[in-house]
Amino acid sequence: MVEKRGTGLWLTHVVMIFGVLVIFFPIWLAFVASTVTQPEIVKPPMPLWPGDQFVENYTKALFSGVNVPVATMLFNSLVMAIGIAVGKIVISLLSAFAIVYFRFPFRTAFFWMIFLTLMLPVEVRIVPTYEVVAGFGMLNSYGGLIFPLIASATATFLFRQFFLTIPDELAEAARVDGARPMRFFWDIVVPMSRTNVAALFVILFIYGWNQYLWPLLITTDPEMNTIVMGIKQMFPSGDDVADWPVIMATSILAMIPPVIVVVSMQRLFIRGLVDSEK
Amino acid sequence: MEKRVTFRGWVLPLLLIAPQVLISAIFFFYPAGQAVYQSLFIPDPFGLSSQFVGLGNFEYLFGDRFYRASFVTTAVFSVLVTLCSMIPALFLAVMADRLIKGSGVYRTMLIWPYAVAPAIAGVLWLFMFNTRVGVVSWYLGNLGYDWNHVLNGGEAMGLVVVASAWGRISYNFLFFFAALQAVPRSVIEAAAIDGARFWKRFWTIVLPLLSPTTFFLLVVNVVYSFFETFGVIHTITSGGPQQSTTILVYKVFADGFVGQDLGASSAQSVILLFVVGLLTIIQFKFVEKRVHY
Repeated sequence: MVEKRGTGLWLTHVVMIFGVLVIFFPIWLAFVASTVTQPEIVKPPMPLWPGDQFVENYTKALFSGVNVPVATMLFNSLVMAIGIAVGKIVISLLSAFAIVYFRFPFRTAFFWMIFLTLMLPVEVRIVPTYEVVAGFGMLNSYGGLIFPLIASATATFLFRQFFLTIPDELAEAARVDGARPMRFFWDIVVPMSRTNVAALFVILFIYGWNQYLWPLLITTDPEMNTIVMGIKQMFPSGDDVADWPVIMATSILAMIPPVIVVVSMQRLFIRGLVDSEK
Repeated sequence: MEKRVTFRGWVLPLLLIAPQVLISAIFFFYPAGQAVYQSLFIPDPFGLSSQFVGLGNFEYLFGDRFYRASFVTTAVFSVLVTLCSMIPALFLAVMADRLIKGSGVYRTMLIWPYAVAPAIAGVLWLFMFNTRVGVVSWYLGNLGYDWNHVLNGGEAMGLVVVASAWGRISYNFLFFFAALQAVPRSVIEAAAIDGARFWKRFWTIVLPLLSPTTFFLLVVNVVYSFFETFGVIHTITSGGPQQSTTILVYKVFADGFVGQDLGASSAQSVILLFVVGLLTIIQFKFVEKRVHY
């Protein structure tokens, strides 16, 4: 055995704990800041142990916020993240099924068309995409937040790869039994893809939740702000002092949903990560 | 690879593929085409008409000191982010791999920052280094170092690099750790029997076996630092001071939305299209190699 024992093992644990502490420090500090009063923060150094203002600060953030209650922004983020995840999964399942299980005119052309959208982030084409969305009157709407971000091929490719591994015998049997294609899709293909769908959902949820630039551009109405972009709006312009406890409480609230998703679905998350990057 | 068994008919598949094709066309191909088209024009200040200038916008861009500087900034930024996120991640992964028990707990703890949005990471780091209330900047001040990323371009760059690399450590750790666990124990044990010590084994056996993962992560992290770090830069420095942290993606935004210079911004989008294309090709070439390794 080459694994360390005795002192070496303890040393490794010490290094790991130290590493985790260093990585965790920014989150810890934000949490501490969200539980103390403003005067305690603006008179440095701020305390490194939580104070007793937890309830006050979080209540203030959730129900009054700075421009708009954080609860509203949390709801918007939730709609956007779920919309992107579900939208992407649905259109990709359908188009991957079409590409794998049918021969139809322009199939290859469509395939390459989808392929081209792979990896081109919205950041690169922001101005024209903004104009399109504005032209549809979709500024400050959930549609405007969601649709431009589901135009990507990663999920389609993933499902295509997976469908290709489904044994041909299943499709053959379905055909012999006289099942129509959609029947086969619902009863065989979708249930078989369950794990892939779940893994992809985790990745896409976080992708959608953490979007910043796009919501920043198209939500001018504070009522439509998502939490990740809304935080920046909470900083005052000019020389006013920022309301740090509320801002930090908002940061903690903004990271709770994705952290819960990642930590509780760790296995699926890692699988999704590895799959979607392959 | 193709399926041997397929279904008949072509109306149904066209209907199935229609949503994706429509969305791609409306929100991807049309805007991308518009970017190329607009990059050839200069709109008048009122947006009423525009004048065809051919490649004038591109000439103007490459003649622009700030645009050329932004290439250098992007290069420096992405190299630093990649190094600062991969080296600590590899180190932690090697440490975690030495453990027989308990590595799962550390993994759970280390995953956290991945879930934190780049913009939120920016806020957290800004808070630590804030010139007025920041804890770290206060202690630095006590040690006699006057931290001010609002005025000092180098410090601003350092801060956005660390804030961007932070969340990526989790990501890289997961991949390195998985790769380390896949290194055959027999090879390592054979080397150990031959008397190779831990670091000797690491340099001569483990690291070469990790090279596919390492190259893959190199590409992915460069792509990340090019395109996904907008939130960090916008929250911490807004590209300043004196554009010292204005990376290419930030400049598209700054010129297009803040400066309203649509022609130049579109030309920048087109240039970025090429950069993305290039990175994609590199990634695909590499991914193929990885499969055959």
